[in-house]
Amino acid sequence: MSSETQQILTTDGIPLEVSLKKVERRNKFKAFLLVAPLLFFLLIVYISPIIGMLFNSVDDRMVTNALPKTFVAMEKWDGKELPSEEVFEAFYIDFQKLIEEEKEGKLSTQLNYEKNGFKSIIKKLRRKSKSFEEGNYKEQIMAVHERWSDVEYWRAIKRRAPSYSYSKYLKGVDMYQNQEGKFVQVEEDRRIYKKLWVRTLKIAFYVTLFCFLMAYPIAHLLATLPMKYSNLLMICVLLPFWTSLLVRTASWMILLQQQGVVNDFLVWIGLVADDERLVMMYNETGTYIAMTQILLPFMVLPLYSVMKTISPSLVRAGKSLGGTPFTTFWKVYFPLTIPGIGAGSLLVFILAIGYYITPELVGGASGTLISNMIAYHMKYTLDWSFASAMGLMLLAGVLAIYWVYNKLVGIDNIKLG
Amino acid sequence: MTSSKSFVKFDKVDKSYDGKVLVVKDLNLDINEGEFITMLGPSGSGKTTCLMMLAGFETPTNGEIYLDSKPISRIPPHKRGIGMVFQNYALFPHLTVYENLAFPLKVRKLSKNDIDKKVDKALSMVSLSGFEKRMPNQLSGGQQQRVAVARSLVFDPQLVLMDEPLGALDKNLRESMQYEIKHIHENIGVTVVYVTHDQSEALTMSSRIAVFNDGKVQQLSTPDKLYEEPVNSFVAEFIGENNTFAGEVTDISGGKCKVKLDTGGEIISNPISVKSKGEKTKVSLRPERAIIDPEDKMDNKYKGKIEEIIYHGDHARVRLNLLGNKEFILKIPNSSARMDIKRGNEIKVGWNSHDARALDPKSI
Repeated sequence: MSSETQQILTTDGIPLEVSLKKVERRNKFKAFLLVAPLLFFLLIVYISPIIGMLFNSVDDRMVTNALPKTFVAMEKWDGKELPSEEVFEAFYIDFQKLIEEEKEGKLSTQLNYEKNGFKSIIKKLRRKSKSFEEGNYKEQIMAVHERWSDVEYWRAIKRRAPSYSYSKYLKGVDMYQNQEGKFVQVEEDRRIYKKLWVRTLKIAFYVTLFCFLMAYPIAHLLATLPMKYSNLLMICVLLPFWTSLLVRTASWMILLQQQGVVNDFLVWIGLVADDERLVMMYNETGTYIAMTQILLPFMVLPLYSVMKTISPSLVRAGKSLGGTPFTTFWKVYFPLTIPGIGAGSLLVFILAIGYYITPELVGGASGTLISNMIAYHMKYTLDWSFASAMGLMLLAGVLAIYWVYNKLVGIDNIKLG
Repeated sequence: MTSSKSFVKFDKVDKSYDGKVLVVKDLNLDINEGEFITMLGPSGSGKTTCLMMLAGFETPTNGEIYLDSKPISRIPPHKRGIGMVFQNYALFPHLTVYENLAFPLKVRKLSKNDIDKKVDKALSMVSLSGFEKRMPNQLSGGQQQRVAVARSLVFDPQLVLMDEPLGALDKNLRESMQYEIKHIHENIGVTVVYVTHDQSEALTMSSRIAVFNDGKVQQLSTPDKLYEEPVNSFVAEFIGENNTFAGEVTDISGGKCKVKLDTGGEIISNPISVKSKGEKTKVSLRPERAIIDPEDKMDNKYKGKIEEIIYHGDHARVRLNLLGNKEFILKIPNSSARMDIKRGNEIKVGWNSHDARALDPKSI
C-alpha cells in the first residue's frame, strides 16, 4: 500500500471528513453558545482584571508625563554629583505646569513611594516657587530645603524616568536597583516583605498539613460509616460552610482570647495558672487554629469523594492475601487516596496562601499574611501599583505550585468529586 | 487425601447482623480436603455471609468454624492463609499484574527470586505469561478474572474462597472460565469453596453443592444427585426446570403413591417426603422425563392440549394444558418434523411414576 492513505468518500461522493465536520459544526456552535455567557463573564471579571493588574504594576507613566523636560535634561546627568542648572531649570518649568494643573500632589505621593521625605519638600517648594526670580534656579530650589541639595533625592527622581518599570516587584522582595543597575537588598532593618512571604508560605504549609492530618480520618469515617451516621457527620463537616466566615472567625476570638472560653477552662481544671493565661490570639497560633478549622472542609470533601470510590473489597483482598491491617492500609488504601490528598492539599494551600479575613482578625502582628499587606497598601498607602505587583507575585506563586504539583503527581490525578 | 476427616467444619453456626433476624441458622457443614464445594442459593440466602465468616470478615454470632481442626473465630483474616477471589476481582488498580501477584509473597517476606518464580508459575497456570507489566485496567474482564484467580493461589493456600467470581463476565467467557477454574482445581488439588447463584455453574464445576435458602442448607450432595433426587420442593424448583402438581395423597403402597390433584385428576408418583394418606404434597417432574406417545409400560399416561410452542434451536419447549396444569412444559428434540405438534392439537404424554417425586407442599 502506498504511503498516502486513500481518501474515504461518503455514499454521495463527498469526502468523509468534510461531511463529518459539516454535521458536527452545528452541534459545536450550539455547545459554544451554551458556554459563551460564562466565557464572556470570566473574561470580564477574571481575565481582564488580571491583565489590568499586570499593567498597573509596571505602569509608571504618571511621573514620566509629569516631568517631561526634567527627564530629557537628566539624560546627560551621570548621577554622581548634583545635577546641573539645566536640570533644575527644566524641573522648575515642569513643576510650574503641574501647579497650574494641580497635579503636584500626585507627583509628591509617587515620589514619596520611591523615597520618604518628598512630600514635605514638594509642598514647601510649591509655596516658595511663587516668589522665584528668573534664572539661577539651582540655588533658589536648593535654598527651599536642604534635602533639595541632597543628591539621593535627585537620583530617586531619575529612577522614575522610564514609563514602565519593574521596581515594584523588586520592592516586593525587599530589593532595589542601585545606581550601577545592580539588584541589591534594602537595609536589614527595613526588610519586611521577604519575611512576610516566608511566613505566608510557612503558615499555608502547616495549615495544609494540619488539615490533612485531621481530615483523613474524618473522610475515611464518612466514606465507610453506614448511610444514616455518615449523613449526620457530613452535616457536621458542612455546617461551618453555612455559617458566615466572619462569624466563625469572631467565635474563635471569643474562644481563644486570654479571658476566653479555652483559657477559662484550662484555668478551671488547673492546667494553667490564672496569671499565666495562654496567648493564643493576635499571634501565629491563632492564625493556625482558626485557618485550619475554616479550611478543613476543603480537605475533607475531595478526600471523601475519592475514598467513597475505593471498593471495600480491595482492603479485604489485601487482608486475605496476608497483609496486616497496616500493610494493607499503606500499600493498598493509601496509594489509592493520593488523588484526593493532592486535590485537597492544593485547594487548601492555595486558599491559605491568599487568606485575608481570618489572619486580619486573629493574626495580630506576627500572624498576618501577605494578603494583609496587599490590603494595607490598597487601603492606606494607596500604592495600588505595588499592591498589584504583590498580587501578581502571589498569583505567580500559586501557578508555580500548580506546575510543581503537575510534575510530581499529575493534574489528571486530581479528583474534586 | 482422607475424606473421613473434615478440613473445614461449620459447627452450629448462627449469624445475625442486627440482633433481630438470623441470616444463617444452625449451619453444620463439613468440607473435605481437595473438594470443590459450591454454595448455591438465591440472593439473601446466607451463602455469602458463610463465605465471609470463613474468610474472617464476619464473625459468627454463635457456634464455631474449624479449619484443619483448629477453631478460627479469633484469628484475624490476614493470619488465616485463605486465598480469596472477589466478586469484582478486587485487583489493586495502582499495581501492575506482577505487583498484584507479588503482594501476598512480599508480605510473607519471600526472597525476590522465589517471588519471581512463584509469580511466573501462577501466571502460566492461568496462561497469562508476559502480562506482568500490565495494569489491571489494561486487561479484559476475563484476563482480570484470571489474574485474580492466580493471585489467590500464588501463595499456595490450602483453601481458596471464590465469591461469585464469574458474575461480571458474559456468557461465553463465563463458560470457558468455568472449565479453566475446574481444571486448575483438579491440577493442584486445592480445596475450593465457591459461591454462586448460577445453578448451571454450580452443576458443572462442583464435587458437592450446598443449596442455601433462608439461612439454611437445604441439601448437600453431588450435582447429579441434587438434580435427579432433590429432597424438597425448594431444591427441586431451584435447580433446573420443573413441572409441579399440587395435590393430596390418596393412597400410598409399594413405593408408589396416588395423588389427587387440586386441579382435578389423579397421578401416580414416587413418595419422597410424604408418609401417609391425606398429606398435602407437591409432585415434581423434570420436563425431559415426560415423553410424547408413551410406551405401554409407563404408569402415567395422559392427554394434553398444546398451548404454546417455544423454539430453542436444538429443541422446542411445548407448553401443555395437562390435567388442569397450564404450565406443563415438555422438551422435544429438534429431530424429526412432527406434524401434530401444533398449537391447539391434543397429544399423548406419559412418564414413569418413579420420576414424579412427591415432595413437601411448601412453595417458594
